Amino acid sequence: MSATLIAEQLLNGLQFGLMLFLIAAGLTLVFGILDILNVAHGSLYMAGAYVAAQTMQATQSFLLAVVVSAVVTGLVGLIIELVLVRRLVVRDHLAQVLGTFAIILIANDVVKMIWGPAPVMMSMPAALSGPVHILPNMLYPAYRLLIIAVGLAAALGLYLFVTRTRAGVLVRAGASNRQMATLMGVRVPLLFLGVFVLGAMLAALAGAMLGPVTAIQAGMGEQILILVLVCIVIGGIGSIRGAFVGALLVGFVDTAGRAFLPTLLKIFFSPAVASSVGPTLAALSIYILMAVVLVFRPAGLFPARG
Amino acid sequence: MQSLCARLPWLCLVCLIVFPLVAPALNLDFYVSFVRRVLIFALAATSLNFILGYGGMVALGHAAFFGAGAYVAAILSTQGLQQAWLGWPIAMLVSAALALIVGVVSLRTRGVYFIMITLAFAQMVFYLFISLRQYGGEDGINLSAPLQLPGLNLADSTTSYYVVLAVVVGCLWLMNRVIHARFGQALQGIRENEARMEALGYPVFKIKLLAFVLAGAVAGLAGALLANHNLFVSPSLMHWTASASLIIMVIVGGVGLRYGGVIGAVVMLWLEEVLRLYTDYWHMPLGLLLLAIVLFAPRGLAGTWTSFAARFSKQGGPA
Repeated sequence: MSATLIAEQLLNGLQFGLMLFLIAAGLTLVFGILDILNVAHGSLYMAGAYVAAQTMQATQSFLLAVVVSAVVTGLVGLIIELVLVRRLVVRDHLAQVLGTFAIILIANDVVKMIWGPAPVMMSMPAALSGPVHILPNMLYPAYRLLIIAVGLAAALGLYLFVTRTRAGVLVRAGASNRQMATLMGVRVPLLFLGVFVLGAMLAALAGAMLGPVTAIQAGMGEQILILVLVCIVIGGIGSIRGAFVGALLVGFVDTAGRAFLPTLLKIFFSPAVASSVGPTLAALSIYILMAVVLVFRPAGLFPARG
Repeated sequence: MQSLCARLPWLCLVCLIVFPLVAPALNLDFYVSFVRRVLIFALAATSLNFILGYGGMVALGHAAFFGAGAYVAAILSTQGLQQAWLGWPIAMLVSAALALIVGVVSLRTRGVYFIMITLAFAQMVFYLFISLRQYGGEDGINLSAPLQLPGLNLADSTTSYYVVLAVVVGCLWLMNRVIHARFGQALQGIRENEARMEALGYPVFKIKLLAFVLAGAVAGLAGALLANHNLFVSPSLMHWTASASLIIMVIVGGVGLRYGGVIGAVVMLWLEEVLRLYTDYWHMPLGLLLLAIVLFAPRGLAGTWTSFAARFSKQGGPA
């Protein structure tokens, strides 16, 4: 287990965590401000990936693919908010789960109708398809560095937006005490709409960025949704800072678990045991992390409502 | 109208009893097995409705207990234990023990955090069974023969239909008794106002935990029945979407209504079966229907029926 391997896995964990954060940020805001459990958030991520792949194929421009994907998914988010989410705000969590679960069912069939049931591949921007030397003796795929850069930039942008702009103040006010914000004259329906569309665009950004390194297929949204829910529950629902910490924790723990646990177990157990228990324990690690966090901090690491 | 409503469950029961006898004549043989599966899922959904509807506990991990029961029955069968009267209670016990562990930890949390922690435990159980290579891992296990009851041949489709029917009806009756007993009333009190029940001196945590364990045990029994029905179990029984679809059944049927779980299971499985006949894209109409239910039938189908019947009897029924 060399130092370069560890460094490489750390970068992988960072990359995964940042992408989780992009999706988690939108979900945690929608949760914190609208108080809506939106299980269809993963479908927005899926939509972003499909639109990006289609645009990339048509134009061969990666930048255009990312922009178009964010805009189109933002529009989809706009429609979903106006048609469904707006009516679910006054309902209980169960009705919200049912309503947004219906969106999942519909979204998965829509993408299958348009793009077929087989996974869609998205090509990388040609200039970034090779590896680069980031240390004298360490190669790392250039595209994954781009993912990290975009993720960091988006996180920074979101941080500045939330802490330094007037709209950001309203978002924070809405998250910490919705009723008070309403009484202080915040135009809540507009705020809701803005937050939902922003969340959709961030999820689409993650979908477009991860498109070239994953198989784009129906159902990809539900897989990532569970991980993202784990992130925001660890961080504390409604808190962007919590979502950031939670996403990085999940990214690192999951990547490290998959990379090192089987090797680590071989030191203590027979190879047969290690090779069968290792992957399971790795898959379990984030859930164990979440359970432990919730046992000691039942409202997550950074509760948004004080 | 009122009397029709009260008699409707009995009418359904009579239909269910008669159904296998007339099915061959109507060329509906295939549906005997289908109805049996619906009954099993109705039991699982009702056990979830017990904690979700009456206890207010939104558990997104119920499929773990369901699947664990199925696995226990299957594993016992591969070990040569073929007696259902022994195997089914063991499945219930294992699921109950699992629910006890999950419940002790999860019931400390509230709201969304409770949803998530039950999900976390269910995922743990899911991955645990995937890692059990000696029991098929991801591929699951086939049962060579169903668990048997003395004097009955459960490999026979009709016989096993009646056994499932008897078990399901018995469990529904028992759960209904529990709900109307002092324990069930206290449980509903906790759903309405936990702090007040605590102040009145009820052991709130113990009541919730006991309800959670009971529901887990019943789900385990349903799982054991499903293992017999499919002669196959796999970890996909415990995938989180299986837990979600049980919740969906309960919401569609009617949360906290006596036949909510049953109606939800019937409607969802039947729709799935019918829509599949017509299109590969059967998820879409199902999704649209769920949207319609959310927007226009907030209390689920059973709730809508009840309020419809109440209005009808007020207007047109005999005074």
